[in-house]
Amino acid sequence: MKVVLEHVTKTFPNRNKKIKDDVIAVSDFTYEIPDGKLIGLLGPSGCGKSTTLNLISGLLKPTSGRIFFGDDDVTDISPEHRGIGLVFQNYALYPHMTVAENIMFPLGNLRGKEKMSRADMRAKAEEIARLVQIDPYLDRKPAELSGGQQQRVAIARALVKMPRVLLLDEPLSNLDARLRLQTREEIRRIQRETGITTIFVTHDQEEAMSISDAIVVMRDGVVQQIGAPQEVYNDPCNLFVAKFLGTPPINVFAGTVRAGKLYFGDDCVLDVPGVSDRDVTVGIRPEGFEVDAAGPMHCALSAIEVMGRDVSIVASHESCQSASIRAIVDADDVKGLSTAVRFRLKAHKVDLFDPATEARIPVGE
Amino acid sequence: MEKNNLKAWLYLLPAILFLGVFLVYPLIDVFIYSFEEGYNTASQTYLGVGGYNYSYVLHDPYFLQAVKNTFILVLITVPVSTGLALLISVGLASISKLRELFQTIYFLPYVTNTLAVGLVFMILFQKTEYSDGLINILLGVFGMSPIDFIDGPWWAKMLVLCVYTVWVVLPFKILILTSALASVKQDYYNAARVDGTGRMRVFCRITLPMISPMLFYLIITGFIGAFKAYSDAVALFGTQLNAAEMNTIVGYVYDMLYGDSGGYPSYASAAAIILFVIVLTITVINLLVSRRHVHYS
Repeated sequence: MKVVLEHVTKTFPNRNKKIKDDVIAVSDFTYEIPDGKLIGLLGPSGCGKSTTLNLISGLLKPTSGRIFFGDDDVTDISPEHRGIGLVFQNYALYPHMTVAENIMFPLGNLRGKEKMSRADMRAKAEEIARLVQIDPYLDRKPAELSGGQQQRVAIARALVKMPRVLLLDEPLSNLDARLRLQTREEIRRIQRETGITTIFVTHDQEEAMSISDAIVVMRDGVVQQIGAPQEVYNDPCNLFVAKFLGTPPINVFAGTVRAGKLYFGDDCVLDVPGVSDRDVTVGIRPEGFEVDAAGPMHCALSAIEVMGRDVSIVASHESCQSASIRAIVDADDVKGLSTAVRFRLKAHKVDLFDPATEARIPVGE
Repeated sequence: MEKNNLKAWLYLLPAILFLGVFLVYPLIDVFIYSFEEGYNTASQTYLGVGGYNYSYVLHDPYFLQAVKNTFILVLITVPVSTGLALLISVGLASISKLRELFQTIYFLPYVTNTLAVGLVFMILFQKTEYSDGLINILLGVFGMSPIDFIDGPWWAKMLVLCVYTVWVVLPFKILILTSALASVKQDYYNAARVDGTGRMRVFCRITLPMISPMLFYLIITGFIGAFKAYSDAVALFGTQLNAAEMNTIVGYVYDMLYGDSGGYPSYASAAAIILFVIVLTITVINLLVSRRHVHYS
């Protein structure tokens, strides 16, 4: 089931009564989510990603715009008739019911022709429990399960009615680091096996990039960029997206373009053909540096952090706007470095942005 | 470790002394009194030890009337007041406008003096030479003949006592249940809503179990409170409760000690012990029943 958002906008009345303007939580959101894909809504807190999810679920009504599931206009349809499964950030498992009762609860709401016998409900619950691999715990209470297991129960409960769309609100934020890795694989597997269009919200870019078919980066209610994770990472449309994606984060410099060459101070670091003379903000990915004794960029070396296969060089440069430069290089390249390091830059890992609008400046060939 | 222990006892000492002198000692004393036959207050002597006091009390028609009154009061007011409080709290939780105003109104009786309210109830219900009372005037509208609620038939007086008791205990219960309802996370309701759960099912399967510890607390304390009822009856019917057939067990104990026919601490003690046994039994039954129905998170 594809999900289509057309110019969806959501505003809330301002809490501060002195300000008459409404708060815009989501602004003019248009996107067609293809059938059977896993989509990550990504952004810092307060960017409107959870609001977007609630608009799709129907718990909130859009101020303007339409929402379609397939060809059905669901904008004015209440959540229970939309055919969605929703997994809450804190799971919202009913604490007084066993796992089986929790999973069966949505089935108990079916009326008329769809009404199920208790045995059928139990069978269905067991089937879904096997899918999310919690079948050994069906008769336990949620409090007797680990965070990861509770998460699976919540997903099972959302899936038991075979929803058209599965929505997950910050599904991994309540888990510890190890469980998070495991659970995100799990979500991916369940989504693949059921083929249900799934939308999840997260503020963790790594999480979003690792399992999504596409990510939607949002800021202050406005969609910044939509695309496959690698695509967005490689070709950020503005400085915000570039800074938001990637760990360690992108290194930001103030630079100048003169005669098709990029300067940091007096260092001419890179050829940038097709860019007119101007001041620019430069983003360089940590993997965009190469240690080179004859490299054009002179940096003071602060520290070398060993991470195993790679090492991370922490350095500083007068043009750098980040707290420090972080470069990830091959472990063999750092031998013999003491107080200074010289880098050569990989052109495809360097992006130029307008200092005022923060929009990307295309570099020609 | 030794020293710490000593310190701990030292800190506990004031409370232990206080409770010991004013609670534990009298409790034991009451128990002893209740078995001393023919106790004389003036000489502080008694004839023998045995169960006569219990036998006397249990055969006293005034006591049997008091037990009957108390049980009826308990069996009517606890379910009615708890049910009403639940209805009102759910109502309060589902409105947004004027909610605070209604909360205040419902809480007002709690801060009002019981005796003053008793007087107001008397004026509402009492039939005098000058007026039939407000309630009777209202009943007259529906073509009913006036009833003397204060000095009339037993059932009419019982009705007034029950209405009054419910009215007095309601605010506290509403307060507790309102906060219990507010503590149920919205996510549970949203989850149920997304699944298309009907309102009744949400209430029975989610709301009730979630607030069951508070509900249970109110039922237990309601039972205990109603069994100890006394001042409400005095406020409505004056101190001659035996004559009015409106006495309660605690009232009986009081009358046996200080009433016009009083001065019998042994009978009073026996009655008090009987009340204690009744309350204990009911509370234990309550606890046993609750094990299956109350969900503590």
